Amino acid sequence: MSEQSSNESGVEPTGAGSAGSAEAATEPTPVRPAEVDSVARAAQTPELPLPYAELGMKDDEYARVREILGRRPTSAELAIYSVMWSEHCSYKSSRVHLRQFGDKAPQSDALLVGMGENAGVVDVGNGWAVTFKIESHNHPSYVEPYQGAATGVGGIVRDIISMGARPVAVMDSLRFGPPDAPDTRRVLDGVVRGVGGYGNCLGLPNIGGEVVFDDCYAANPLVNALCVGVLKPEGIKRAIAPGPGNKVILFGAGTGPDGIGGASVLASATFDEESQAKRPSVQVGDPFMEKLLTECCLEIFDEDLVVGIQDLGAAGVSCATTELAAAGTGGMDIDLNTVPLRDPTLRPEEILMSESQERMMAVVEPAKVERFLEVCAKWDVPATVIGEVTDTGRLRMTWHGETIVDIPPGTAADEGPVYERPYEVPADLAQLQADGPGRLPRPATPEDLRNTVLWLAGSPNLADKSFVTSQYDRFVLGNTVLAMPEDAGLIRIGDGPQGIALATDGNGRYARLDPYAGAQLALSEAYRNVATTGARPLAVTNCLNFGSPEDPGVMWQFARAVEGLADACQALGVPVTGGNVSFYNQTGTTPINPTPVIGVLGVHDDVNRRVPMSFNVEGTTLLLLGETRPEFGGSEWAHVVFQHLGGLPPRVDLAAEAALASVLVAGAREGVLNAAHDLSDGGLSQSLVESCLRGGLGCVVDLPDDPFTELFSESVARAVVAVYPEHEERVTALAQAAGVPVRRLGTVGGDAFEVAGLFSIPLSELREVHQGALPALFG
Amino acid sequence: MSARVGVITFPGSLDDRDAARAVRLADAEPVSLWHAEGDLLGVDAVILPGGFSYGDYLRAGAIARFAPLMEKLVAAARDGLPVLGICNGFQVLCESHLLPGALTRNTGLHFVCRAQRLRIENAETAWTTDYEEGQEVVIPVKNMDGCYVADPETLDELESSGRIVARYLDVNPNGSLNDIAGICNEAGNVVGLMPHPEHAVEALTGTSTEGLGFFTSVVKKLVAA
Repeated sequence: MSEQSSNESGVEPTGAGSAGSAEAATEPTPVRPAEVDSVARAAQTPELPLPYAELGMKDDEYARVREILGRRPTSAELAIYSVMWSEHCSYKSSRVHLRQFGDKAPQSDALLVGMGENAGVVDVGNGWAVTFKIESHNHPSYVEPYQGAATGVGGIVRDIISMGARPVAVMDSLRFGPPDAPDTRRVLDGVVRGVGGYGNCLGLPNIGGEVVFDDCYAANPLVNALCVGVLKPEGIKRAIAPGPGNKVILFGAGTGPDGIGGASVLASATFDEESQAKRPSVQVGDPFMEKLLTECCLEIFDEDLVVGIQDLGAAGVSCATTELAAAGTGGMDIDLNTVPLRDPTLRPEEILMSESQERMMAVVEPAKVERFLEVCAKWDVPATVIGEVTDTGRLRMTWHGETIVDIPPGTAADEGPVYERPYEVPADLAQLQADGPGRLPRPATPEDLRNTVLWLAGSPNLADKSFVTSQYDRFVLGNTVLAMPEDAGLIRIGDGPQGIALATDGNGRYARLDPYAGAQLALSEAYRNVATTGARPLAVTNCLNFGSPEDPGVMWQFARAVEGLADACQALGVPVTGGNVSFYNQTGTTPINPTPVIGVLGVHDDVNRRVPMSFNVEGTTLLLLGETRPEFGGSEWAHVVFQHLGGLPPRVDLAAEAALASVLVAGAREGVLNAAHDLSDGGLSQSLVESCLRGGLGCVVDLPDDPFTELFSESVARAVVAVYPEHEERVTALAQAAGVPVRRLGTVGGDAFEVAGLFSIPLSELREVHQGALPALFG
Repeated sequence: MSARVGVITFPGSLDDRDAARAVRLADAEPVSLWHAEGDLLGVDAVILPGGFSYGDYLRAGAIARFAPLMEKLVAAARDGLPVLGICNGFQVLCESHLLPGALTRNTGLHFVCRAQRLRIENAETAWTTDYEEGQEVVIPVKNMDGCYVADPETLDELESSGRIVARYLDVNPNGSLNDIAGICNEAGNVVGLMPHPEHAVEALTGTSTEGLGFFTSVVKKLVAA
């Protein structure tokens, strides 16, 4: 069973940090059927050496394939096993840990489809279900930022479609190297254009995400794309191929030499020494085809024309056929010659491994094939019957009449190797944790405090992200109620008033200091962000970005992060519905900071009662909910002012988080909150700056005790709310009933951010600093 | 009987459902028109919605103008049928020569999505009578190829004959000549607009409700006729 599925390029860099380079095809060699490595030939030449090591397969893995088949694999079979048993498709290093998400899953009536399918599905009530998932496309986005990011969006959107849903929004969680490095400009520019170019053309509003800069991502940018879709619970589709005699249809784009760097080894080394055709390792996206495919699929679903469907992502036809067959009746016959090709010279091994985009595979009853093909024709989507379901328990493929694949599909799809990789605490962790932020000099004077507010507000991680988000369409489909820079994106579903909220968060610095807490803090923040809009958090998706699992220190970080996330999901009562693991994010032997990115989905009963972040009513009262402790380990203050990373991250307090969320949700439902904004990176200072600038009104706050801690601490489970004076009592009562500390901070008004008795900053000055930073770097 | 306003869907149309919603909110009946059909189904007006009609890998709108339905539409527009082209629809109208000039890549070379302030310059077209001349409205703009260009004679002609329908204020988001956000044909029945009034028809989801006037204008005219 695949615990989580994945779409990232199957290429696994071996520590160099990049996925190899794209090279143009040269002198393609026409296929000569006589050279086909058939099953019969494999039986006759049992000792013919195959380049399994070059395909990333270990000796014992290859031995196991021989044992399963009782002979050497054909080159086509080797292609299938090598990609299906790759880290990327098999989760062989992560699987033993990921089981905790299931074992510790909280009881939830809302979960309709859990982990293991293309994406999880949750029931959001009123006859609607929602499916959502986040996935990485990190390595391709470094090699070719535009196409890497674009196809990252395309891949996750197809996952959502293949659950039977109409995609309704996307989000993107991005991490780049230092903002002033020349290569960051190349990567950021391409990635943002790619996310926008694909998502905009597909007609999906981009409603949020993150843009983070850190030296550790310089040669390992993180591009995590999330998609959410809406469907009726009875319309859920599965990736299964049941019913002998049912037809297997490949539809969408033609198959070309995309992302098959590995397969060219097979095509050249084994059979034709002269063919050195190197294939590009990064796929190229065609969002227009994906748009056609989307509408085509939705019409096909409406007419109930499929019994099973699977999108083609990593490992292409190999993955789709083995997984569909393994999850269905168990057998499938495929004629590979019928696969429509963009490049007629492709070898069968290359067809099997091609990661050409915008393709889907459907299983269709014979009586419905004609209508299926008609719908495809209406949308100009090429569709071809390439095989049928059997009850043989074997996946068989032919090429020019010869059988080149004959395997039990489950052995490739579900029974890949499982590793219990050794892990140990990174050698430098104790030293890192001992070097706390206590030694850092704090701003001593009101002037210093004022400057620190400005410094943080204009730092790349906290600065206004409009430079990025204005390149995305947030209006299309007409249901976007809230989008970035709001705490969470909020989408109306059906005809309303119901809606869904989504937020993604992750903090690699926290996770570096303590991966168990870091994963929990990411969940905590996303959970809080969703609740801040008034939505009730319901379910979780995750994208776990780490270095090499072969490094025991990284493996320890991974194990701790998964454990932390699973424990926190259990405590907060929100199940993990799916996600993705991305390993090998490192340069040489230096891994990125462990970066679990967590997405939380919430439900809003009435989007008319959503709570925005902007201070826009003069005279409203500001209340601070939650407790502030002096917590600066991994904080933006330490990072921006001192480039310091050390100590421990803020203390996790999931009970306080749940209590705060209950107050925010109740306050929204009662309509007593005029604005709310969570406190996280940069603390209270940054939250007030953002809410003031968003609404165009200043505020005056009173910070009598320790203004430095009050302004810049990053303690969890806190939010600032603006309420009409007549609601102050009610909100205070709600907080007290839930055990949430509440304190009156001040009032909204004027045109400056003022801390009484200490300093005042005109909004115009803040705006220039906050909004000018990214355009100055990248404009 | 309410007015029937057609919304053409090309394979890559994206804002067709939004345009239909705007028509409904203007108390008219939206009629879905498929690009490959040859019949306008007797609608009283037509909207060409935003999107990327055929992927727009070539010039935006360059292939859409050859759609079977466009032939019918061009003839009907020349006979006075009210037609509103929004964003990609504006590009298609220019490619079809129902409107002069062309829309080229934004001068900033980025896709731009923002709440845009506009001034309505002509409140007498089929689609703008519910506005006052000089009225300022905030409507989303979102495009990659929104830079309006035309030769100097055409620009003079548009300016002197009052055929500039709307102009960008504060910021020119795409480098359009003379800050042009929208124009109309001589008769005023065909309007091309780069901003998206269909995304400003509900306070909850739009920048304002100030885009609704485009739709109510044509509906009132049709009901009165």
